[in-house]
Amino acid sequence: MDPEVPVLSIVDLGLVRSVQVSNSDIHLGIAPTYTGCPAMDVIHDRIREALAPLGLPVHIKPEIHPPWTTDWMSEAGKKKLEAYGIAPPVGKASDKRSLWAPSPTVRCPRCKSDNTALISLFGSTACKSLYQCRSCDEPFDYFKCF
Amino acid sequence: MKWDTCDPKTAYVLHLADDALILGQRLSAWCGHGPILEQDIALTNVALDLIGLARQYYGYAAELIGDGCTENDLAFFRDSRAFTNHLLCEQPNGHWGDTLARQFFFDTFHFFQLEALQQSSDERLRHIAAKAIKETSYHAQFSAEWIIRMGDGTEESRSKITQSLRHFAPFALELFIPAQVDAAAHDLGFGPDVSVLESDWKEKIQSILTIATLSPLEWGFPKKGGKSGVHSEHHGYILAEMQSLARAYPDATW
Repeated sequence: MDPEVPVLSIVDLGLVRSVQVSNSDIHLGIAPTYTGCPAMDVIHDRIREALAPLGLPVHIKPEIHPPWTTDWMSEAGKKKLEAYGIAPPVGKASDKRSLWAPSPTVRCPRCKSDNTALISLFGSTACKSLYQCRSCDEPFDYFKCF
Repeated sequence: MKWDTCDPKTAYVLHLADDALILGQRLSAWCGHGPILEQDIALTNVALDLIGLARQYYGYAAELIGDGCTENDLAFFRDSRAFTNHLLCEQPNGHWGDTLARQFFFDTFHFFQLEALQQSSDERLRHIAAKAIKETSYHAQFSAEWIIRMGDGTEESRSKITQSLRHFAPFALELFIPAQVDAAAHDLGFGPDVSVLESDWKEKIQSILTIATLSPLEWGFPKKGGKSGVHSEHHGYILAEMQSLARAYPDATW
């Protein structure tokens, strides 16, 4: 589970890029989310913890290429995210040439209104923006399309 | 020291790393001092991305140097003259407008630099750039929005941001004047010719200034030297604060 978004597994997030299991050890390729994300160390530790009962050495290789994108997040993951109160990424990771583009229409995870406004591009973690719903007034996190 | 005589590729990777680390360190100082909580968190997020990026570059440089060199050696045990970050990145934070003006110039440059680095002949640099540009496009959007907000804001915010932009303009010019470190990288195919990035950059800067209802900038006389290791006096103070712990306890671990 992601330590910052405890409803999402690393599979929901699309972080697991490769798994190789042999009789003698386990090799995992894990995509880092944001370059400086402090949760990555915790995620690596929890993977080791979860695999410890198998009694095999675990080798985790960070795979920066191709770069992680929210497009790899599973549909089930997006539903879980919304149920948890975080609006899931809208659309596909855009071509980053469309820089300084207007922000997307984000649906309020609480009352499902589309009448929401961006408060801050950076929220409680690097992967989220802060929005507020204009219908129910509730502030909420939006998982950025990345 | 083994990094004083490094080859052009390692020198170039260190140059990229130094920009990210020094600016990341500068922005970190805003933690707990932002004007409101959301903006405090935003700048800290940008700082975190930059320091994460610095780690990618230093890690790569350490591999190129070999001989047991680590990213920490490169960040904490090199002296000011060995750092080749741009002067812009080391300038003091000043007030909120100063920090955002500096950030606006750098983020916009950084975006075009990373875009160009995706054509690098070096695969690792291409991969790092492809990852970092996603983060940088958010940084650039954030700083540009603040320029618009302050320029098209109150009389006071407008006057302050105008002064901040004027103050940093001569430092920004160094971004596009090749020094040995980036000229060699271009000759060898690792990095872009920075002088060709200038027109895209100026066009983007100008388009944001127009939205911000600010007049075009007079660029002034370039202030340069950082890329050659000749820094402003601020650099030594940054290193003193950033490196003192690692130098006092060289074998310490968390």
